[in-house]
Amino acid sequence: MHITQGTFSYLPDLTDDEIRKQIQYALDNGWPCSVEFTDDPHPRNVYWEMWGLPMFDLEDAAGVLAEVNACRKAKPEHYIRLNAYDASYGKQTTALSFIVQRPSEEPGFRLDRQEWHDRTIRYTLHPYVADQPHGERYNGHK
Amino acid sequence: MTPPDRLPGSKIPASRMNFGMSRPGGNSAGPESPEEAEKKETLAPDAKIDLAKERAETGIDDVFSALDSELVGLAPVKNRIREIAALLLVDRARAQFGLSTSRPSLHMCFTGSPGTGKTTVAMRMADLLYRLGYLRRGHLVSATRDDLVGQYVGHTAPKTKEVLKRAMGGVLFIDEAYYLYREDNERDYGQETIEILLQVMENQREDLVVILAGYKDRMDSFFVSNPGMSSRIAHHIDFPDYTLDELDDIGKLMIRAEGYQFSPEAEKTFREYLDRRMKQPRFANARSVRNAIERARLRHASRLMGAEQTVGKDELTTLLPEDFRGSRVFANSDSSADSDDPLASDDSLAD
Repeated sequence: MHITQGTFSYLPDLTDDEIRKQIQYALDNGWPCSVEFTDDPHPRNVYWEMWGLPMFDLEDAAGVLAEVNACRKAKPEHYIRLNAYDASYGKQTTALSFIVQRPSEEPGFRLDRQEWHDRTIRYTLHPYVADQPHGERYNGHK
Repeated sequence: MTPPDRLPGSKIPASRMNFGMSRPGGNSAGPESPEEAEKKETLAPDAKIDLAKERAETGIDDVFSALDSELVGLAPVKNRIREIAALLLVDRARAQFGLSTSRPSLHMCFTGSPGTGKTTVAMRMADLLYRLGYLRRGHLVSATRDDLVGQYVGHTAPKTKEVLKRAMGGVLFIDEAYYLYREDNERDYGQETIEILLQVMENQREDLVVILAGYKDRMDSFFVSNPGMSSRIAHHIDFPDYTLDELDDIGKLMIRAEGYQFSPEAEKTFREYLDRRMKQPRFANARSVRNAIERARLRHASRLMGAEQTVGKDELTTLLPEDFRGSRVFANSDSSADSDDPLASDDSLAD
């Protein structure tokens, strides 16, 4: 199941060149960028792990792209996303956020039903990979 | 869409409520990137390129005229920059014919005494390389040992990489680069910085240009200890010391820029000052000239305050010989120096 999230979720995955242009667009607007990764694809998991600190005072996309590639190399089977923050509101506001890498296989979600009182049914989504502990999901890549 | 009036009390202007979504293709498009310009079809083998026209299109003549008008002397440096620009321009023309052109190595080393204009030329160089399309942004990031080398194990690499990331697309200018290497301490973290620098200089040549700067003799011994660094730097440019005439011209440029002028006698005194100052220790070329003028401005101001009379534009802008005579440089032999000048004692250090 192809998981979508963030700014360009309705588009096919961006190529590296398109990613570079989006980063440059963010930097031209004065938005610092940061890289985050996770192996927990649940849509309500909003706090992904940070790959280093947000990068401030950058002029050119090459610096951010180098961090994206370093993260890809270290986490080849994780979801990786790029965030750009707009500080002009006086607080950390995500102005742009999109996925720059996804695992080679995405098993998707199972629908769990729970019997509740008065024949009520409660539904929840359960990612198949969540059955494995952290670090062993997605082909065992850490 | 939420109309802006739904949010009473919100300080965010209505124009910001679209979170930037309506902007793509609007104001931030910027100039066409050099890559796009290069994607033009290859020319036929018998086609002709007008190099002069190419040159005019890049606007590098503006950089050269700025170099000529703002920087006095430095003829060998300017020649070298012209040569580099010519090579890059010819390479661009070759690329249009589809001829293979490996990207030339553009890392440089500027050596010379203090105050010979190394930083200024580095800034011009960044501008020049940007106009020729060899840098994507053309900004200059200045760094010294403090910015690059960490204080404990594991601190250096992130610190160096952060500076490198900031310099991407532009020029990384490392002033007094020989401080990166301390030969008396082989476990100094500077070595780690040098290794990271070397790696980036080799592998990311299209992303940034590194310019090292420092005194000639110390840079030479730095390169002896780090042969890998020396061989990765294509252009070693030596900045000569200024002659008396050039220093005189620099001083005149500076006071004109500050909105002052010399009285005819002050012009001679200034030249005499420079002549004496050059022979003294710790002479820092243009920087010493700047300091001398700053001190002359101080004496000029206190002279006007002490005179207790009305002043006009002429008095406010004209520097007189006594504004320079007060300096320590004249103290030893010149009887006309005013030994009661309170500022003369402040000059004990250098200028």
